Order: sequence, then C-alpha cells, then structure tokens
Amino acid sequence: MNTTFLEYVVFFAASVMMLGGAIGVVTMKNPVHSALGLVLTLFGVAVQFVAQEAHFLAAVQVIVYAGAIVVLFLFVIMLLGVDRAVDLSIEPIKIQRPLAAVMAVGLVALITAAVIEAGDAIGTLNPGTGIDTATVEDPDSNIQQLAQNLYNDHVLAFELTSVLLIVAVVGTVLMTRKWPKRSADEGSEVGA
Amino acid sequence: MLAIDPLGTGGWLWTSLLIMIGKVLVIFVVSLVATMLMIWGERKIVSGMHNRVGPNKAGPWGIMQSLADGIKAFFKETFRPSKSDPFLYKLAPYLMFIPAFLIWAVIPLGGDFTDGKDGTVTIFGQVTRVQLADPQVGILFVLAMSSIAVYGVMLAGWASGSKYPLLGAVRGSAQMISYEAALGLSLAAVLLSSGSLSTARIVQTQDSFVDWNLVATGIVPFAIFLVATTAELNRPPFDLVEAEQELVSGFNTEYGGIAFALFFLAEFMNVITMSGVIVTLFLGGPQPIAGIDIPFIPGAIEGTIWFVLKLLVFLYVYIWLRATLPRLRYDQLMDFGWKVLIPVALGWFLLLAALRQFSPDGTFADSLRVTAICVVVGIASIALFYAALQVSRRNRERAAAPQQEGSPV
Repeated sequence: MNTTFLEYVVFFAASVMMLGGAIGVVTMKNPVHSALGLVLTLFGVAVQFVAQEAHFLAAVQVIVYAGAIVVLFLFVIMLLGVDRAVDLSIEPIKIQRPLAAVMAVGLVALITAAVIEAGDAIGTLNPGTGIDTATVEDPDSNIQQLAQNLYNDHVLAFELTSVLLIVAVVGTVLMTRKWPKRSADEGSEVGA
Repeated sequence: MLAIDPLGTGGWLWTSLLIMIGKVLVIFVVSLVATMLMIWGERKIVSGMHNRVGPNKAGPWGIMQSLADGIKAFFKETFRPSKSDPFLYKLAPYLMFIPAFLIWAVIPLGGDFTDGKDGTVTIFGQVTRVQLADPQVGILFVLAMSSIAVYGVMLAGWASGSKYPLLGAVRGSAQMISYEAALGLSLAAVLLSSGSLSTARIVQTQDSFVDWNLVATGIVPFAIFLVATTAELNRPPFDLVEAEQELVSGFNTEYGGIAFALFFLAEFMNVITMSGVIVTLFLGGPQPIAGIDIPFIPGAIEGTIWFVLKLLVFLYVYIWLRATLPRLRYDQLMDFGWKVLIPVALGWFLLLAALRQFSPDGTFADSLRVTAICVVVGIASIALFYAALQVSRRNRERAAAPQQEGSPV
C-alpha cells in the first residue's frame, strides 16, 4: 500500500470531519448539537495532529478540549437550561452582527495571507519536520523533545501561563462567592 | 504514523494485514465474552455474599444467563420518549460502548517481558506484539477514551428529555470530571517511575517485584488510582449516576431493550478494561509473579496467563466493593475527591519527584533528608488548607445563617 495515498485519505477524511463539524457549530439551532459539532471538529484536528506525527498534541487535544472543555460547555448549557432552539431573528445586542462580519472577513484575510506567505513550504516539508529524526524510532522522543522545549526554553512563559490560570480561578471563586450582606433589605439578588 | 506496531515498520504486507485483522477480531470477541461472563460472575458472587442463590436456571450454574438476557433485550420493542432528541438518544449508548472497546487496543495482553525482553512475538514470520497497538502516547489514549465516555452518560441523560435522567447525567459528568484529576495525578507517579507513556514499555520496566509500580511508587498512587477508577466507572460506592432510590436508575431511566443493554454492557466492559489498565500500570501486566516460570508453556502465552490471573483479582475486588460498601452522599463524594484524593496525589507526586531529583542513588541518609523536608512542606500546606477551610466555613455560617443552602445537584 502506498503511504502517500494513505496520507491523502487520512487528510481528506479528517478535513471533512473538521469542516462538517465547524459548519454544524454555526448552523445548528440547538446549542447542544452545536457543542457536539465542535467535538467533531476537535477530533478532526486530533487526527491531523497524528498524521503530522504530533501524537502527544493529538492526545492532549482529545483529553483537554474534547474531554474537558466541551464537557464543561455542555454542563453549563444543561444547568442553565438554555438547551432549546432559539429564535435567531431577534438580535439581543445590536452591533454584534456587523462586528462579527468584520471579524470574519479579517480572519479569512489573515489565513489567506498566512497560506500565501507560507506557500513555498507546502509540499516540500515532510510530516514530523523539526523532530530530531535520529531518535524518531524511539517512541518517547516526541514527548521528551516537547518537554525539553516547554520546560527549558520556555519555562518563564509556562510559569506565567500557570499564574494567569491561578488568577482566573481565584477571580472566579471571588466573583461567585456570596458576600456577607451589610443590610438585610437586598436579600434576593444573590443567586446560585 | 504507522509505528504503532512492529508489524508496520517493514512496509505493509498481506500477512501483516491479516494478523492485524485477526488481532482485532480476537480482542473483540474475547472482550465481549469476558463481559458476558463478568455480568454472570458479578450476579453470582454478589448473590453469594447476600446469601441468595442468584442466576441458576440457564445452563450449568446459570452461566448462560447473560446470553439469555442479551437475546431478550434484542427482541424487545425499541421505543423513544416523545420529548427526547431523536439522533442523540440513539447515539448515546454507542458513545459509551465504543471507548470501552477501544481501550483494549493499548493494553498488553501477553508476551514475554521477562529478563528485559521486549514482549514481541513472531507469527508467520512477522514480528508483532500481543496487543493491538502500542502508540507513543499509550496511556494517554486510555485517559482520552475515559474522558470521551463522559459524553455517553451526559448525552443519554440530556437526550432523554426527562428530569431524573438529566439529574443523573449532571451528577455523573461532574463526578467523572472531578475524579479524572486524581486519576491523572496518580498516573503521573507511574509515568515518573517508568519513564515512558507506552504501555509495552511500562510493562517492560516492571520486571521484578520491587520494580512493580505498586512498590516502586509506594502504595499510595495505586490506592488513589483504584478509588478514582471506581468513581470513573460509576461503580458502587460511587454510583450516584444511577442511584436507584433517588433517580430511578438515573441517566438510563428512559432506555429500554438493546439500548439499555448496551449501557449495561459498556459499564461491565469498562470494569474489565480498567482492571486491565490497573494491572498494566501497577502490577506489571503479563510479567510473572515472583519470577515463577510455568513449565512447558511458551513465554508469550505464560504472559497472558499471568495477566488474566491478576485481572481476576481486581474483578473480584470490584464485585466485593459493590456488595460491601454503602453509597456515598453527593457532598461526601465531592469532598473526598477534591479535598482528600487530589491533595494527597499531588503531595505524593512531589515527594517522588523530589526523591528522584535529590536522592538519585537512593542512599538512606539522602532519602530520609528529602522525605523529612517534603513532610514538613506537606504539613505546612495541609495546615494552610485547613486554616482556609475554617475561615471559609466561619464566613459562610456568619453570612448565610438565615438563608438556605443551595440544594446539591
């Protein structure tokens, strides 16, 4: 069997998954269905990662994004009871849709520019470029190189990110806490 | 991409493809039959512990009972509640069932790992492993699949369009996410001691009893992992997802026939797969116990025998737990997960890492010094933690004395 042919099959199957999921996120009326469309897209991305020899990223993609973040989305959707189809003809915030259009155009322009700029590299680089090929037979080399990069070269950025996350958690706890009330007359405004 | 098995390294041949398909078929059939026997075994053992007879009509000792139940479930009418979501209602059982199957792919089911051998076997001139695939990310694949299984519970509860299933689903997904953190942290201790994510390598590094991760990481990560998997599996005493007395069987209340049977099958298959994961991680998988060499049997098959023996111990433990322990209350469950398991797993992981870093030779004086420092740090952290708990409790009591506590989900 031809490896290149196999790679094309994998690429197109994963691309169909990603695009289908992405279109689903936008077009589905029910938020739960949209969230599941997102899961499909994330799985497609994970497959692309595997095809590019980024096994660890693929696993983390599934564990963190599909396994935790979208589950959290669903959790919120179900708990808040917004799991019904909404009427899209009403626009709650007036300026939102024109702004979204501007953003979309900008994003498309950005991606197009990136593709044109990197166009020379397409087709010349093999999967797994940048990985030390001398040790690629070793199953753990991928993860070890990633760890070296993350914890040695970018350790400051890594620590700053963790500080940011801690701040976010503390902030969330602070904002959701019930503070002791100074006067008894505003009893009902603190909800769950 | 094709380096998940030694089969793929020499290009793809028809023999290697056939061996691959053969392995898939064997794992599929064996895991289904094993699940069937597990359901029967659980009913039989629990009834023994309850002083009952249990299933005894279909076949000898009632061993065909699960088969009979399965056939009955197939022929039952399939129905769908009118308020349910048509597509997701049908999809949910499969979302729970498929991850349980897929985990089997990365568990080493046999092979000769003694004396530093790498556990490969040769069939029809092809070198392969007695495991479907050995991907680089090995054990992370198990974590990924167990986090995907949350969707099954969650969507089943939501898509049923009914109150109790939704409550069960919300409980279940909260529980599974909470205990996944403890699971991952205790797993990190194993990875630290084995130095690899690949399941075959993890088994390979455990080639004597003191190298078993059960001993090498101290017994604590093993205990945490066992508790956390029990919670992940929604097994008693953590079966709040389907607490019969409160939620009328929880997330699967609105299911019947084969869809319900799929949930049931997935639950029991998960028990077997997770026992397999525990055996692989902590007890050396197919490694022999105490270096015993069974005579006249080739090493690879011997590995399978040891694996199955170790597996049976855990299957029995799970059944035993079910018959013995009462269900936790929801707040106890969350307290236990977040305030006990996660801090202990984190502290133990730090201790192991510090020991590796500052006492690499394992001399007694060095180890003692590092452990003493870690214990002091640990006690200080626990003291701070309890001080914070005290403060928050006092504040809560002062603030919300007349208010009612929000009812737990």
